[in-house]
Amino acid sequence: MNTQGDLLHVVTLDTITPRRVLLGRVLIWGSAAIMALSFAILGLSEYGAIPLQFDTWRIGLYGYLFWATCLCFAQVVLYGEKGKRVLFILPGVLFVVAMVVFPLFYAILIGLSDWNLASPNGRQFNGLDNFRQMWGDPFYWNALKNMVYYTAAIVVEYAIAFGLALILASDIRARKFFRVAFLMPLMLSPVAVSWMVGKSMMEIRFGPIARTARWLGWDHPSFFGSPEIARATIMLMDAWTYIPFMMIMILAGLQAIPREVQEAAKVDGASGWRNFWEVTFPLMLPVSITAILIRIIFKLKLADIIINVTSGGPGGATDSVTSFIFREYRDRSNVGYGTLLALVYLVLIVVAITIFMKLMDRWMNPRYLQ
Amino acid sequence: MSETPIFHDSEADLSHKAKWFANRLVIYGILALWTLICLFPIYWTLTTSFKMAPDVMQGNMIPWVDFEPKWRGWKSLGLSPDTIFTESTVREEFLKRFWNSTISALGSSALAVILGSMVAYGLSRFRYKFGFMRNPDISFFFLSQLILPPVVLALPFLVLYKQLDLLDTRIGLILLYTLTVLPIVIWIMRDQFQAIPVELEEAALVDGLSIWGAFVTIILPIALPGMVAAFILALVLTWNEYFFAALLTSTDAKTLPVMVASQTGSQGINWWSMAALSWAAIMPLIVIGIVLEKYIIKGMASGAVK
Repeated sequence: MNTQGDLLHVVTLDTITPRRVLLGRVLIWGSAAIMALSFAILGLSEYGAIPLQFDTWRIGLYGYLFWATCLCFAQVVLYGEKGKRVLFILPGVLFVVAMVVFPLFYAILIGLSDWNLASPNGRQFNGLDNFRQMWGDPFYWNALKNMVYYTAAIVVEYAIAFGLALILASDIRARKFFRVAFLMPLMLSPVAVSWMVGKSMMEIRFGPIARTARWLGWDHPSFFGSPEIARATIMLMDAWTYIPFMMIMILAGLQAIPREVQEAAKVDGASGWRNFWEVTFPLMLPVSITAILIRIIFKLKLADIIINVTSGGPGGATDSVTSFIFREYRDRSNVGYGTLLALVYLVLIVVAITIFMKLMDRWMNPRYLQ
Repeated sequence: MSETPIFHDSEADLSHKAKWFANRLVIYGILALWTLICLFPIYWTLTTSFKMAPDVMQGNMIPWVDFEPKWRGWKSLGLSPDTIFTESTVREEFLKRFWNSTISALGSSALAVILGSMVAYGLSRFRYKFGFMRNPDISFFFLSQLILPPVVLALPFLVLYKQLDLLDTRIGLILLYTLTVLPIVIWIMRDQFQAIPVELEEAALVDGLSIWGAFVTIILPIALPGMVAAFILALVLTWNEYFFAALLTSTDAKTLPVMVASQTGSQGINWWSMAALSWAAIMPLIVIGIVLEKYIIKGMASGAVK
């Protein structure tokens, strides 16, 4: 990923006096000391070492905010014009660090402890017990297996999205209308979709989809009865929401292909079918891979529809990892175990996506042996 | 007089025409079918909100033909013409949830666009070095947040927010939502800024503007369409967000999706009122989708095409 771009080169004349440097250093380290102090007070009061009692941890938050502000300010004091450039990304970095890095470390701590919010014992460190419990938990493995099925469904979604994008890119009337209409499912909230489609239109007695199914010859339509059909139904609803997303990315890619390429292929006598497989499709590979990768990332977060339509049933057949952990917390308040499951899931995702990207890279830029 | 006209289409040309016509028929058939698939659930929800119980049972579809539309569903929300000026606790509740959703979606999208634009501009113009982290590492640091599944952060945040007294507050939701859409905003905005020639800022700097002055007065107005695209996309994602809201809010800051979801669980669903509620939850985005379709497509397309 090349992010360098054109660098804006600016020559500046800054005279940083020793007093300014001193002031900057004092700002940074002084505020850091205050932050450390606030954390220390919190930690000590938590263990009852000092007689102060705090209702909340807000004081630590304020300490961090104070340090962050002073750090930003000190950049300008210390480095002048150069420091002003750092200010572009420093607030974003500090925000993400506070919102991701802290909680992630905290998550590791929680994941290694036995913590049920409903029990009065509070947090008990229990080492790798959660891990052992996970190893023998058939429902978690089942949820992981379901994620593989759900992810595999992306291939079909991709084919449909590609077909629709090809039609939208071809010479048709009222293209804008069709584009808006096709975009609509993406705008709807998954919760509303799960009611509209999953609960109302698939209602067995009088939902329009059930009626159509009966009309087509399926005598007793049941969309959530058997595990396979329930899983397929969830896949369909999720696909319905997200096909527009892939379609629009592919459409953008199709429109970026120069016309000359297609015309040259036509002059060379390529039929429509060969033209697609040998010209359009290979040219679309980079866009396709981006679209599929983003779609996989979104798919791995799949939960809302499952929570609201089947809540994992029948017998955990439709559970995604996220919905499983959601219920683990909702039904059993089991924070420690749930967090460990989530962390394991994160590790699996990172490994899988890294492998996927490496494979794609290898495939897109083949290195031949001499 | 000869039987055949002098100028006539040959057999081959005529068959070509028929083939073309069949081709068109198939294409418009697919388009119509898919339009039906996309729009029918929305239509079904809207009509159901005006139905009475027997109409739902019989599966009547077309208002005024199959059934007589009634304000039944909207009345139960306190939004029908005859109840709109009277006291209604349901409407109070609904408006509160609607307002919560609006504030959290708008607030987090705005915050994400501000933070994200700054980061994207910095990364597209300057070379940074924080310890071992250089520009590609920094942008990977931001974009990799996209991979992070929300469930990993959910439970730690539940505990942290409880300790920080941010549970069930809109501020807490806004901060978390900002985090979830920030990578997408950075991705879109980085493309936008890379497309703007650097000579513009150079000219501005020569004319005596500072870097931040050039960024705010010259670059941001040019990148405005991209910012709108990023904002709208963030708005769609945050308005529809359910998972965090379901975990982190209970009474005060509950958002609209959570309210919709909590209604479905109860026994004996009121079809008409659920339809009205769902419709009210999706309507703002349908309007946005129709009016600002151009920006949504622009946002999703950038990044796809380099």
